[in-house]
Formats: sequence, C-alpha cells, structure tokens
Amino acid sequence: MREIQVQTITDVVEKLCIEANQFLPKDVQDAIKTCRACEDWDIAKGVLDNIITNYEIAEKECVPICQDTGMACVFLEIGQDVHFVGGNLTDAINEGVRRGYANGYLRKSVVADPVRRGNTGDNTPAMIYTEIVDGESVKVTVGPKGFGSENMSAIRMFKPSAGLQGIKDFILETVEIAGPNPCPPMTIGVGIGGTFDKAALLAKKALMRPIDVPNPDPFYADLEKEMLEKVNKLGIGPQGFGGKSTAIGLNIETLPTHIAGMPCAININCHVTRHKSEVI
Amino acid sequence: MEKRITLPLTAELAKTLKAGDSVLLTGTIYTSRDAGHKRMCESIAKGEPLPFDPTDATIYYVGPTPAKPGQVIGSAGPTTSGRMDAYAPTMMSVGARGMIGKGARLPEVVEAMKEHSGVYFGAIGGAGALLAKCIKSAELIAFEDLGAEALRKLYVEDMPLVVIIDSEGNNLYEQGRNAYLAAHNE
Repeated sequence: MREIQVQTITDVVEKLCIEANQFLPKDVQDAIKTCRACEDWDIAKGVLDNIITNYEIAEKECVPICQDTGMACVFLEIGQDVHFVGGNLTDAINEGVRRGYANGYLRKSVVADPVRRGNTGDNTPAMIYTEIVDGESVKVTVGPKGFGSENMSAIRMFKPSAGLQGIKDFILETVEIAGPNPCPPMTIGVGIGGTFDKAALLAKKALMRPIDVPNPDPFYADLEKEMLEKVNKLGIGPQGFGGKSTAIGLNIETLPTHIAGMPCAININCHVTRHKSEVI
Repeated sequence: MEKRITLPLTAELAKTLKAGDSVLLTGTIYTSRDAGHKRMCESIAKGEPLPFDPTDATIYYVGPTPAKPGQVIGSAGPTTSGRMDAYAPTMMSVGARGMIGKGARLPEVVEAMKEHSGVYFGAIGGAGALLAKCIKSAELIAFEDLGAEALRKLYVEDMPLVVIIDSEGNNLYEQGRNAYLAAHNE
C-alpha cells in the first residue's frame, strides 16, 4: 500500500491544465505538418501554414493555443494499491483545475447548470474519469476539450445487422454534418461496443491516444487507416474552405457488447487536440 | 492576393467583397457571443439602445482568454457562428453588417445578409494565439458579469480573414469544396 497526498494530485492537475493548453502534443504537430506536405490546394495550404504558426507562437510565448481552453477532462488511472490521504480526491482535482485556469490565464467556460446556465467562474467542475489498474502509481491525464468540436459529436445504437458498413457510413455522415464547424482538420475518436455510455467514453479515450499509434488489433488498425483516407476524400478541407486535409487522425477503441447491439459513438476534436499526462 | 479593407463596413464596401476573397481588416469591431447577443436582441425588442452604435458595425464572435500581464488581450480566435444564427438577422435589421466567426450559417441568416448587404468573414478557428497579434486595443464596454462573453470594443490591424458568405449569398464552404472535388475527381 502506497499513500499519496491529494495535494500532489492538485499540483499535477494544475500544471497539466496549463501545459496542455499551451503546448500541442508532438504527434499532433507532426500530423499537421504531414497534412501540409501532402496538401495540393492553395487556400488549404495557407490555412495550414497559419495553424502551424499559431501553435508555434503559443509554445514560444506560453499562451493558450486556442481561446476555448475547454472543459477540463481529467482521467485518472489509479493503481489498486494506492491510498489517497489528506483530503477528498474530487475536491483535490477541482482545486487543481481552479488554480490551473486562474494561474495559466485560461478561459473559464463552464456553466453551473445546463439549462439555467451561469458561469461558475473558475472552470470547475472537472469531468473526472477514474479507472482502477494494477500497481501503486497514478497516471493523471488532462485533456481540455473545446465545444465547437464536442457539439458535432454523435452516438448511434446500431442493430448488429448494420455491420461494418453501418459504422463506416456513420463516420462519414458525422464528418459530413460537422463540415466546417469543428475547426478542421479535425481528429476523430470512434468508440464501438460496450453500452450506450461506454461507447461514448471509448470515443473520448480514442482522442487521448496519440494519433501516430494505431489500434493494436490489425483489423481496427486497417479500419482506422481506411476511414481516415475516406474522410480525406470528402473535400471539406482545413476550416471547410476546401482541400484534402479534413482530418489529421482517426482512432478507434472497442469493447465487447451485447448480442442485440452495436453501439457506436463518434467524438470529434479540432486540430488543437490537447492532452498531457504525468505518472505519480 | 489579399484585399486591405478599413472599417466601417458600409454597404458600398460590403458589395465589393466576394466569397473566397482573402482580406486584411483594419478598424473597430465588437465582440459578442451567445449570451451577449441574447441581451442585445432583448434590448432591441424593448426599443432600448445597444452598448454601441450598430450602424455599419462588425461583430466578432469570440470569447478571449484573460490577458496575461503585458498583453492587450489573451488568445482570441472565432467561436462557432451557428449559435448566433437566432440573433444575427435582428442585429442586421438595426444596421450591423459584418460578422466574423467560423462554421456554417442558416439560410435565414443568408437571406438577411442579402437584404442588408451583410458579409460573413471567417477567421481561422483554433488560431487564437495568432489572431490576438492583430488586436491592438481592447476595452470592456458592457456585460462584465458574463466574463469571457462580455462585450468588448477591439481595434484590429490587418486581421487575416476570408469572406465565407458575401452580400449576394455566395458561399465559400460550397464553392471551395466543389472546386476541390471537381479538380480531383477525374
């Protein structure tokens, strides 16, 4: 049994909120540069050049890449031999978010009630996802999620007879409907299987996986590659102005499911696909 | 080639802009998002004055991050314009003509643009650090309680924009994509 002070979680969450918003992950930077190299449409090249200049400015000047610094999605993989001490874990995470968004000059984009609205003023509460794993360490990942892209996400409960073709059509249909709204070139997280809620969680987790790491199952790795190519034939292009670069990455995560179903969720992210992790 | 334009956006100036034009915009613009638009449209319905003169005005759909010490403004890229579709025709009916944002607009907004010589400009979504460089001054003028959604008066210089929908209703989202597909499908 290892004891971890919740204050440590607060400190790590604060730091990750700030860093995730200022530094675009290398895999995402590389994917944008690859798109720029492959792009043959003039207006699209210009947009991609500006997107590259933008994340370079953010990194150099330590300012947010995008003004939508997101809802703080905090993932914790907690070793089962860990015992948290010194306070409440949820409170500690929210305190980290509160400090990170204040000290990092990040935008406070959270309202206290979905219908009655009212900004909470400190970007809390975080969306917290916990998972119990082996060992005695804790992996903390902060993925600030913007809502221009979140709003273009979709979920569908397919009949098993819809098969693989149903999934493929749904991905293309969702990207088509999203069009210019989610700030393409986008990243696409696909969750297939599980239950209604687990499919959505898988889709969000798919966006946390580096986009240069394929699914370990060759069947899904091939599907990721095929669907990314198909998405990039839609012609939507960077910002929707036309071009090849509609998406920079497409990750699929799966779970077993029920004999009667085939849930599929698609979580869309923009080119500012942010996440940063630290192991305690 | 980029067209340099200076505000205010008169009807004459608006009519010279065509979908697909790259422009560098200089002048005074006003920031507003969902909550600010809702309040302004309520004021218009009651016949009350707006916090700024809407005549020939350009509104930037943005909620910036807080300025760090020494900065004029924080990161300031466009938000999704579709959320302002419910309010944009009302804003144009009182004289506002330019809109800066990103993403698709509803047909009723395009119809109002044709009627009032409106122009919808796109700024690059997700390029907030870059766009902040064009903002030379920022002043909070109303709705301070809305935080990031408060109404600000900005002075911008050479802000890089693309005309997405022009005053005749031509739409770059359709034209650009169709042109790309036509050039790539043998």
